[in-house]
Amino acid sequence: MKKSLARWGWLFTGPTVAAFIIGFIVPFVLGVYLSFTEFRTVTRSTWVGLDNYAKLFGDEVFLHSLWYTAAFALVTTVLINVFAFAIAYMLVKNFRGKNIFRSVFFMPNLIGGIVLGYIWLLLLNGVLGMWARSITYDATYGFWGMVILMCWQQIGYMMVIYIAGLQSVPTELIEAAEMDGASKSRTLRSVIIPLVMPSITVCTFLTITNGFKMFDQNLALTNGAPSRLSELLALNIFNTFYGRTGFEGVGQAKAVIFLIIVAVIALVQNRFARSKEAAL
Amino acid sequence: MNKRRMATAIAAGMTVAALTGALAGCSNGDSTGSDAEGKVYYLNFKPEQAEDWVALAAEYTEETGVQVDVQTAASGTYETTLKSEMAKSNAPTLFQVNGPVGLANWKDYVADLSDTAIYEHLNDQSVALTGDDGEVLAIPYVQETYGIIYNKAIVNAYLELDDAAVSSIDEINNFDTFSAVVEGIQAHKADLGIEGAFTSAGFDSSSDWRFKTHLANIPLYWQFKADGVTGQPAEINDSYLDGYQAIFDLYINNATVEPSTLSGKTIEDANSEFALGKAAFYQNGTWAYGDVSGQAVADEDLGMLPIYIGADGEENSGLATGSENYWVINNESSEADQEATKDFLEWVITSDTGRDSLANTMGFVTPFDTFADYLPSNPLVLADAEYTAAGKTAVTWNFTVMPSEEWKNGVGQALLQYAQGTGEWDAVETAFVDGWASEYQLANG
Repeated sequence: MKKSLARWGWLFTGPTVAAFIIGFIVPFVLGVYLSFTEFRTVTRSTWVGLDNYAKLFGDEVFLHSLWYTAAFALVTTVLINVFAFAIAYMLVKNFRGKNIFRSVFFMPNLIGGIVLGYIWLLLLNGVLGMWARSITYDATYGFWGMVILMCWQQIGYMMVIYIAGLQSVPTELIEAAEMDGASKSRTLRSVIIPLVMPSITVCTFLTITNGFKMFDQNLALTNGAPSRLSELLALNIFNTFYGRTGFEGVGQAKAVIFLIIVAVIALVQNRFARSKEAAL
Repeated sequence: MNKRRMATAIAAGMTVAALTGALAGCSNGDSTGSDAEGKVYYLNFKPEQAEDWVALAAEYTEETGVQVDVQTAASGTYETTLKSEMAKSNAPTLFQVNGPVGLANWKDYVADLSDTAIYEHLNDQSVALTGDDGEVLAIPYVQETYGIIYNKAIVNAYLELDDAAVSSIDEINNFDTFSAVVEGIQAHKADLGIEGAFTSAGFDSSSDWRFKTHLANIPLYWQFKADGVTGQPAEINDSYLDGYQAIFDLYINNATVEPSTLSGKTIEDANSEFALGKAAFYQNGTWAYGDVSGQAVADEDLGMLPIYIGADGEENSGLATGSENYWVINNESSEADQEATKDFLEWVITSDTGRDSLANTMGFVTPFDTFADYLPSNPLVLADAEYTAAGKTAVTWNFTVMPSEEWKNGVGQALLQYAQGTGEWDAVETAFVDGWASEYQLANG
């Protein structure tokens, strides 16, 4: 058995490993390497050391988009999870048409980001038009516009995960809590939430990273206007790389920093949430 | 044992086949067209003529059998598209730069054009851009003109009114007169059946270049003229920015829309406002002819006025004429492809089909001597010819020396903030003057 695994193992893992190397390892290493170089097209580059990283810290637009993104990720994470949980909690109750409601809430997730961005651009501009404004009038408008859009798109998806979590809570436990005279809110707090903690871990992880990585909705809805004040990190990187000749390396350096930030936050969040699960 | 070995060999063979198949799939694109004749891939800058180029390329392929692909970048995304296309193995053989600054960005990728037909046929060979050692690197293929396009029918209707500021369009030859006419038309917009004197000054990326680049050229032109600046200066000053503010105020305060809505307005909004006769004035150029004609505005009603900003001597200035469309050939393409590209360009400017398409379908005024019999019918081009015939000096295109896209964006964003009332004019001046110095420093420091 062992022998044949050694003999045949590469046959089954080979294609996947090759695809993983071509599709992930090579671009990743190349990307990190390029952040230390100056280049116009990726095939011709010259080594410049840490120059790109030095340029990055004097870049006010980048620093602005850093905290703007952090605020965005925080707000959307809280709102999406609260609403998704609340809706899921309602939709696990038995009533007529609950499947229709579930589908309706899930549906926005099936529409692509760019399309969604343009649809919401029309809707929001239509509403703001009553006050002779548009979504790009001010960065605050853009911020809340994107929050609405993001919530609308993501709540349904997180709801599905929460429904799965809630359905796996054993009914005996809830009945037992009821017998012991626990109120509804007490049951929710002390029985249900601890038991769906794994779902909460997954959902907060997804919403935080989605918040940081959001790109297409930002591009379609505000494209950074006005004055690049509504530019989230991913769009900032894109604009640095493509929008400014000679700054390709700086864009690449930003991407590396971006990767580190998202990885660290995701790891910390994951460890924190898992520790709650373990305490059960 | 033997059997097993054979099975291993077959399995290995299949894996390799599957992998190479997948890899070959990735590189299919460049293997098909690499025949000895070479092929042409043109990345076109001008979305207005996107379909015309595709049609012209198809005719060339039919005539000669040489494959010509034309792609057009969406408005405002040329540099982005070019950058990603150039990184591909199937890169454009022919692309465009917008002038000396654009050429500097791509100087490692451009081939010498000294021995090409497009260089030999230039009316004035000094308009080509050259490298440090005098090699010819970029050749303009179209000469364009911009100013304030106006609807003669609406302006004439205004001139009929009792309190008209002037009695003839010809009297408009300075900022004060122009501004009086614009304000008069705006005040009478209901009588004239229009929504505003000017079309919306949209700041969507499809439209903001009209202000951050083309309008910004006017104060630059007068400053360079007054101070005798040639080439690209390291610093500029604010001597004509008051005029810039005055004309911009006129645009936003006498328009079809409220200034606070400008951030979302696109070029299509402005085009349709003008084309449907809802506005009398529209700052744009000869290339917009196709977008504004053929609907409510008759060709004979299309005219163009120079942009006045209150500078001394502007009575004698004409429309802004120049080029920001230079052809360059990619020196990384194979020899055969470069030759094929040169042949294609020669055909474009010498054959009847090519000349007819450029002059009549695309409506270009070209700098080539082969076009003597192909004068364009575009009324906006004719307006420029009238100013030249009347002895007016054309305003040159100095925006080709603007230090970077970033500079233009800085000015554009400050202008928008000023327009919608969330920023001060000072910010525009800072972006204009200080921004120039710092961007120049970054690019050349």
